Amino acid sequence: MNYASKLIPIVVLLALAAFPLTGADYYTGLAIKVMIYAIFALSLQLLVGGAGLISLGHAAFFGIGAYCAALLSPESEAGALVWLLAAALSGTAIYALITGVLALRTRGVYFIMVTLAFSQMAYYVFHDTDVGGGSDGIYLYFRPQLSIGGWMPFDLENPTVYYLFVLACLALTWGFLAMLARSPFGAALTGIRLNEQRMRAAGYSTFPYKLTAYIIGATLAGLAGFLYALKDGFVTPELMTWEQSGLVLLMVILGGVHRIGGAVLGSVTLILLQELFQSQALFGDYAQHWHLSLGLAIIALVALLPNGLAGLSAQWRARRAARISPRSISVSGDLNV
Amino acid sequence: MSEAQLAARGITRRFGGLLAVDNVSLDLHRGTMHAVIGTNGAGKSTLINILSGELLASEGQVLMDGKDITAWPQPRRARHGLGRSYQRSTIFPTLSVFENCRLAAQADQPQFWQWWRHAQHCSHSRDRAHQVLERTGLKNSADTPAGLLPHGHKRQLEIAMCLAGQPQVLLLDEPLAGMGPEETERILELLQHLKAEHAILLVEHDMDAVFANADLITVMVNGCVIARGAPAEIRANVQVQSAYLGDGPCTH
Repeated sequence: MNYASKLIPIVVLLALAAFPLTGADYYTGLAIKVMIYAIFALSLQLLVGGAGLISLGHAAFFGIGAYCAALLSPESEAGALVWLLAAALSGTAIYALITGVLALRTRGVYFIMVTLAFSQMAYYVFHDTDVGGGSDGIYLYFRPQLSIGGWMPFDLENPTVYYLFVLACLALTWGFLAMLARSPFGAALTGIRLNEQRMRAAGYSTFPYKLTAYIIGATLAGLAGFLYALKDGFVTPELMTWEQSGLVLLMVILGGVHRIGGAVLGSVTLILLQELFQSQALFGDYAQHWHLSLGLAIIALVALLPNGLAGLSAQWRARRAARISPRSISVSGDLNV
Repeated sequence: MSEAQLAARGITRRFGGLLAVDNVSLDLHRGTMHAVIGTNGAGKSTLINILSGELLASEGQVLMDGKDITAWPQPRRARHGLGRSYQRSTIFPTLSVFENCRLAAQADQPQFWQWWRHAQHCSHSRDRAHQVLERTGLKNSADTPAGLLPHGHKRQLEIAMCLAGQPQVLLLDEPLAGMGPEETERILELLQHLKAEHAILLVEHDMDAVFANADLITVMVNGCVIARGAPAEIRANVQVQSAYLGDGPCTH
């Protein structure tokens, strides 16, 4: 490992931390949205790219994290950050434990359907009952505060502080998942993704691995949902729809399934494309049909980048190598997928 | 004779109305290469799957070192020293040959909760992987992605991965399938070395290899055992000869 590759993350992190100083409120807000979705996509990347579990119900965890924040916050004053965060994370983890034990008994397309069913279940609980204000959603009036014996190290009501808080969460999530990926646990998850039969034959009980990964992924999605609730101060059942699950899955696929950074790249790209095609200034009246242009852009990107955005450099290298020696074989991507 | 490393007692398996394995018993001992032969559909693979724990027996018991392991799931049996290879190469194609073996060796010290550790720095599994690569002659391919190995080397790798778990018993399902004569020779030589320390069950269609290398042969037809004995006895057995001509004595 050379110095450059160690320095780049630090430089990027500092640059991002300095971003609010530009004073562009709109862009700071957009950056917060991108970072929250990046955490959300990273959490799903652990399942899809790490364990090979394709979940189409990940939005349920995002929503539960958000609802925990909104429902448990007092209406007339700021709640305690530590307790609210702990409640949101453990709430999602418990829901993941219960649904995971059942969903992980299935595999492949059935797993996709079962996770979808569980997330729809959560959606309808919040949509059709009064638990969280029904389809109108629920407000969160004050961002929670961190208070240690009366001393407040930071105030999340300050937009810059909140921005830095989200950035820190993203950096910690990314770092944690990178650590997990290279650990023996992560190596075993890779084995399960590539060939579960061989892992069992080698002596791995694969179920606890998958369940643990599922719960970690869900909890981090809950963190993203928690931050999202703080961002807008408003939570609706729409956060749990299957379109939301599909969107985050698309971010992971678009970014490149087998690289952790891919999830971040995918969420940046997708959200910026959304903003771009919704822009009246650029597209005029056509901007109201932004779904169409976004869809076409996604089709083009997926078709041109089979290994995702993060696999782009490997794809170029392979192409150049193929031009030099036509018989060389590209090994990017999974041979058994 | 000493206690069998692995023993099957009256194993029966039904798939609906089909009796795939019918009351089969066999013993595997260290130092003995025990081959199971039979026509297609004789129940050989079903038998291996029952011994390895991938399928449950409808009736009968599986014993390992005298301990009843019939109800144990496959991973537990594997950790207890039961290694197996598959008819179709079952490897991690995008990982390097070395990492294939390292991951297999990691199974008995999984370090499940030690998330801060670096899997590549785990000396236990690294040493074990180096050993089995040396042993199986794959040392020079250690960095090659396993999926790019030639077919014969993939079969060798699968055996290497079994060995990485330090098994007592090896269940090998057609390890010679699709191999050229030189590769066949190399694998058989390896198996001859391995049988001193491992009890080996060999399911194989290559009759020349079986008769030249096995110490004991069990012949299965339509799920039941019709003969068992040393290669010379089996060769002379009239029942076996007629079974291989398609006139099976065991009719279900």
